[in-house]
Amino acid sequence: MDFSYTVLIPLIPLFVFLVVGIFSNYLNPKVAGAIGVLGLSTTTLLSLYTAYKYFFEVGKVNEVYQTIIGTKTTWIHFSEVLHIDMGVLLDPISIMMLVVVSSISLMVHIYSLGYMKGEIGFNRYYAFLSLFTFSMYSLVVATNIFQMYIFWELVGVSSFLLIGYYYDKPSAVAAAKKAFIVTRFADIGFLIGILILSFYAGTFDFQELNNPQGSLILNGVGSSFMGLSVIAWALILMFMGGAGKSAMFPLHIWLPDAMEGPTPVSALIHAATMVVAGVYLVARMFPLYYFIDGGFVLQIVAYVGAFTSLFAGVIACTQNDIKRVLAFSTMSQIGYMMLALGVSGFSGHEGLGYMAAMFHLFTHAMFKALLFLGAGSVIHAVHSNMMKDMGGLRKYMPISNITFLIAALAISGIPPFAGFFSKDEILVAALEKSPLLFAIEWAVAGVTAFYMFRIYFGIFWGKENSYAHTPHESPWVMTIPLMFLALMSIVAGFIPFSEFIAADRMPFEAHFNILVSTVSASVGVVGIVVAWIFYKSENNIPERVSKAFGAFYTWAFHKFYFDELYLFVTKKIIFNGVSASFAWFDKKVVDDGMIGIGNATLNTSEKIKKLQSGKFQDYATWFILGAIALTLYFLSKN
Amino acid sequence: MISGISIYHILTLTSILFFIGVYGFITRKNLIAILISIELILNASVINFVIFNTYLYPNRLEGVFFSIFIIAIAAAESALAVSIIVSFYRMIASVAVKDTETLKY
Repeated sequence: MDFSYTVLIPLIPLFVFLVVGIFSNYLNPKVAGAIGVLGLSTTTLLSLYTAYKYFFEVGKVNEVYQTIIGTKTTWIHFSEVLHIDMGVLLDPISIMMLVVVSSISLMVHIYSLGYMKGEIGFNRYYAFLSLFTFSMYSLVVATNIFQMYIFWELVGVSSFLLIGYYYDKPSAVAAAKKAFIVTRFADIGFLIGILILSFYAGTFDFQELNNPQGSLILNGVGSSFMGLSVIAWALILMFMGGAGKSAMFPLHIWLPDAMEGPTPVSALIHAATMVVAGVYLVARMFPLYYFIDGGFVLQIVAYVGAFTSLFAGVIACTQNDIKRVLAFSTMSQIGYMMLALGVSGFSGHEGLGYMAAMFHLFTHAMFKALLFLGAGSVIHAVHSNMMKDMGGLRKYMPISNITFLIAALAISGIPPFAGFFSKDEILVAALEKSPLLFAIEWAVAGVTAFYMFRIYFGIFWGKENSYAHTPHESPWVMTIPLMFLALMSIVAGFIPFSEFIAADRMPFEAHFNILVSTVSASVGVVGIVVAWIFYKSENNIPERVSKAFGAFYTWAFHKFYFDELYLFVTKKIIFNGVSASFAWFDKKVVDDGMIGIGNATLNTSEKIKKLQSGKFQDYATWFILGAIALTLYFLSKN
Repeated sequence: MISGISIYHILTLTSILFFIGVYGFITRKNLIAILISIELILNASVINFVIFNTYLYPNRLEGVFFSIFIIAIAAAESALAVSIIVSFYRMIASVAVKDTETLKY
């Protein structure tokens, strides 16, 4: 089976980006949108076809899923062993990501036709969307870690461009910069990790790096540094990059601000695809993470994930901007995925966490994109992000209401919606590893249900606002993606993921743990009931409860003051303390040194320029004097 | 070989001639005079060649040959120099050295 056509999957969006980008001033917005949707539809079909071919026809050999290199070309050649390739690598997780990215991206493309209609720079928006899709495809199918890194940065750039889409809005510009700088800062770790890893492994190739029988895992752990092997440090640094991209604590501060971008962008980039790149990175390098130093780094991954999910869940309960609630919810759910990877074993049923992480990634992409698009539909109708400007919208927007409800049920882990199954697998995996992590995630499941229904009731129920003009349901280009994603949020949970994805590539039977699922579903129900009591109709319970929490509530409301902390650290300590001395050094030593050299040259040349008088007799005089001097010198030497 | 006159006398003479030429080359204000000074320098060296040949290697002729070459080249050189001076004169109506400064630019 020849998979070389898969190279088209990233190349078509690139082509669309070039066409729409170059001709953005000439194209009719309708044409540009049509080109974008058409290109994306083609790649979606190709991705689905590839997935079908791979999973059902050629992928499995002797019950093990193979890694297939669709196509590969050497991009930069350093030596026989060290070269950077560009290519398409197909294995279960990359194909699953292709399906996720293509379907969500297609939905967002269609949805944006309605949401962005009439915006200035509509064509630019579609060009950037295509750029992002191209980068994301290339990231997930990367055959080697360097290709991944290149496109990793490129998705960062597209994210920057799309967050700053409303570039005349100072807050959007600031948010774009913040997102780029924070993720870029984290990527320094990623780059150093790559360099260390490739230094010891002598290759960038995923297949060689990840081979459990490979030299790196068996013996090449390198020298040790502070009690850990160098490879483990490299993996920690790479996880730092992943944590930055996936908004894990403490590099999470950019994600809430990134909501300044258009809502479909938040759905595509900051909920479903780009932010899970960190999870994908850990999953991609999973054999290394698991085998190096007995999985020590995985424990870090697990605890960072668990802490982030709790931390973000608590903040989400206090926010009033619905997109920010969803952003914190995204962080929380990605924390789940990280945790699942962190507690995972490698083979057979022990590898449940790995499968669960990918499963949750898949279902989360569906329902979180749906939540964002639903929120976008509401924002489109009432022209505000704030919950206080909404309420009672269920009568005006029935489709948005029902699809949002489905997504909220899915994320709350209520059977039979998608989130229930994936979250259940994560909880089972966590319980097998550590009761503490299980307890945290179990509590977060309740918190998730609470804040999700808090905004659901806040938007669609509760006190009806007096609207300046009656809100109405969004056009069909916006509701069709909602309905498709709602369908996916219902059925995605029934996909037997363990048949397709496993850490060691051998399909296994995931057992349904009835006890854990009952416990997790019931805490979700409790969360919903609490939200029902608080927010179904107007009352003063929320105020009293928030008062009861007192300082803690204020603390959480201000996102635990992390933004302020970072500002303090950067502005007060780094800018004034560290940077000031560097600036002094730069101004006084480097700049003045250079100016001094320039001035010295100028003055000297001013002094000696008389020598070149243009009078040849002067030159002759100097020549003769010189000749005489040399003669005398040589005479005196003898 | 001239009887009664040693090589030292003649070398002293040519040295004096040479430095008169150099002095003239440096101090003359007229291009023609400078040209003449150059001829003095050349003549001093030509005499040296001949003298060394005659006094030190009487059986050989290289020095004399060289002096003939130098005379030929000097003739060509003065023809060239004079033509440059003439065209220069046509340009700025002067053969003074100080007026040649502008060639610098």
